[in-house]
Amino acid sequence: MTTTLLPHKFGPYGGQFVPETLMPALIELEREFVSARNDPAFNAEFDKLMASFVGRPTPLTYAKRLSEKLGGSQIYLKREDLAHTGAHKINNALGQALLVKRMGKKRIVAETGAGQHGVASATAAALLGLECVVYMGSVDIARQEPNVFRMRLLGAEVRPVESGTKTLKDAINEAIRDWVTNVRDTHYLLGSALGPHPYPTIVREFQSVIGREAREQMLMDAGRLPDTVIACVGGGSNAIGVFSGFVNDEHVELIGVEAGGSGIPSGKHAARFGDPEKARVGVIHGTRTYVLQDEDGQIAETHSVSAGLDYAAIGPEHAMLRDNERAFYTSATDVEALNAFQMLCHTEGIIPALESSHAVAEVIKKAPTMRKDQVILVNLSGRGDKDLNTVIKELGTNM
Amino acid sequence: MNRIENAFKNKPIFMPYFPLGYPDLETSVDVIEALATPALAGGARENGADLIEVGLSFSDPLADGPVIQQATQIALEKGITVKKSLEAVKELRTRGVTIPLILMGYYNPMLAYGLEKFIRDAREADADGFIIPDLPMEEAEEFTSVAGDLPLIQMLAPTSPDERMEAIARNAKGFIYLVSVTGVTGERREISNDLGALIARVRAHTSAPVCVGFGIGTPEQAKQVGQLADGVIVGSACVKTIGGSEKPVEAAKEFARSFAAALGKSY
Ligand SMILES: Cc1ncc(COP(=O)(O)O)c(C=O)c1O
Repeated sequence: MTTTLLPHKFGPYGGQFVPETLMPALIELEREFVSARNDPAFNAEFDKLMASFVGRPTPLTYAKRLSEKLGGSQIYLKREDLAHTGAHKINNALGQALLVKRMGKKRIVAETGAGQHGVASATAAALLGLECVVYMGSVDIARQEPNVFRMRLLGAEVRPVESGTKTLKDAINEAIRDWVTNVRDTHYLLGSALGPHPYPTIVREFQSVIGREAREQMLMDAGRLPDTVIACVGGGSNAIGVFSGFVNDEHVELIGVEAGGSGIPSGKHAARFGDPEKARVGVIHGTRTYVLQDEDGQIAETHSVSAGLDYAAIGPEHAMLRDNERAFYTSATDVEALNAFQMLCHTEGIIPALESSHAVAEVIKKAPTMRKDQVILVNLSGRGDKDLNTVIKELGTNM
Repeated sequence: MNRIENAFKNKPIFMPYFPLGYPDLETSVDVIEALATPALAGGARENGADLIEVGLSFSDPLADGPVIQQATQIALEKGITVKKSLEAVKELRTRGVTIPLILMGYYNPMLAYGLEKFIRDAREADADGFIIPDLPMEEAEEFTSVAGDLPLIQMLAPTSPDERMEAIARNAKGFIYLVSVTGVTGERREISNDLGALIARVRAHTSAPVCVGFGIGTPEQAKQVGQLADGVIVGSACVKTIGGSEKPVEAAKEFARSFAAALGKSY
């Protein structure tokens, strides 16, 4: 039995459930990541790109009018929407692309749901001179069209995926099939804290910059740590990134928000932790975690107004944090997210991504139950420009 | 002697793959029976498959190319389940199919069924072993500790370095499934020139039979591979030829005969 350099499981979750063809690539990736993280030159290059290209640190914004309107706790926004390309996804995409250069590979493949990770990957590829192919479900292509154009402008090839449910899970299947075929010169640039080891760890490490900055900024601006940190959870990368800054501060409550879609009872949602009837521990895309599935173990169709949260499985580390009761998970419906979207637009002059609006929806529920001297930090994972078509369609003339 | 060992007495062996439930459950059982024993009109028996990989369907078959993806998708739409698949294996035994039947499927449906129950029911259906493409050596223990003497066939790939080949081959049971190309299942225009060297690398680590799969589509290619390997695995071509035929059972008999003949098996 070979052993991994880093822990490959999170309690009973995680692992490496992939075809043998890919195992050597995972072993190489882990080795390269460990050596890169111990290499000051690599870390300096990453930090420099984060500052000079991504625009980090992203600001922390005190949401004064939103706090007043809700009448409870004070609310701070970590502004990942202001990172270059408009979401946190760029942190991980650039980190992995630097690893690709180190491994001497020339080509990356990526999956994308909302298109943000696809745009981030295409951007990193353009910056570092890599060939880039992005797989995207045809349903998502239709609802996130602006991002498809952005990827093409950046020189990436966007390949529509027509199999299965034509959303994120099927895009991941196709990206993995491409990777299996071209593994000798191709890296799979996975966009969330998902998939086989070492991906969940690598993605968390590159996204942990969010939590490190936010913790420091809270201490500087508010003079204290937040009582509660809230983030939306698709695969779980922005959430694990911000949580990682506070996970050792035991009194800080961590809350992840899943996509409640049309409501849990409707069965049309992506709430892996929210629906014990449909979600069980299983194995999908190389990892063991909570998966929405039918009785026969077939992966379920999911629904969310936000493409980035519309996925049947959740990152394995979140499953462990939930078991340990270190983090808590709830959900927001499409309607709640759309209301939150509008409220943030009106009170703060910020158009959030629909994914991030799910986190704001939880703030709207939670803040009024808290005291005025308490503090919520919410990770605003991305901006909403990509979602305008969807929002216009959903809200119509009521907007 | 168990069925798998017995099958390898007459090498190279022919191992087609066919998914249960495609194009519908009844036809798939007839097809698998026909692949195993393509009886002639006069009643005499001709050699067919030596071992069959019986496919269990999964919604997200990430190691499969388009042909098997579509076939298993149709099987699911027609209502195939793990339970019905295991019952179909039992049915094949009552129809007199005596060659080894290996269950090939992804891990999640087996977990959902319950590993203990899955293996108990597979044993009761008289299946001979398992192939699980998304269960590499690192994760196999949970399964093998329950499976006992029913073998989990180990897969090797062209990307496996020697030390992995050594570690995997050391514990091999039944036979080695050597993936001949880096890629997903599906036919390829030609057999790689490196195949001989790849098989030699595997044989350096094990005396278990080495069977080659992925990319073999024609009897000529089967013959070529059969000169190097102990067994020839044919998946996509089998599914495409039989599934695309108006008379799937006839097509299955013809398919089995042509491949068995190419491997020098007719008598
Ligand atoms: C803005 C934004 N937030 C959140 C997500 C969800 O991903 P994760 O849970 O990995 O942060 C996405 C995914 O596309 C996104 O674009």
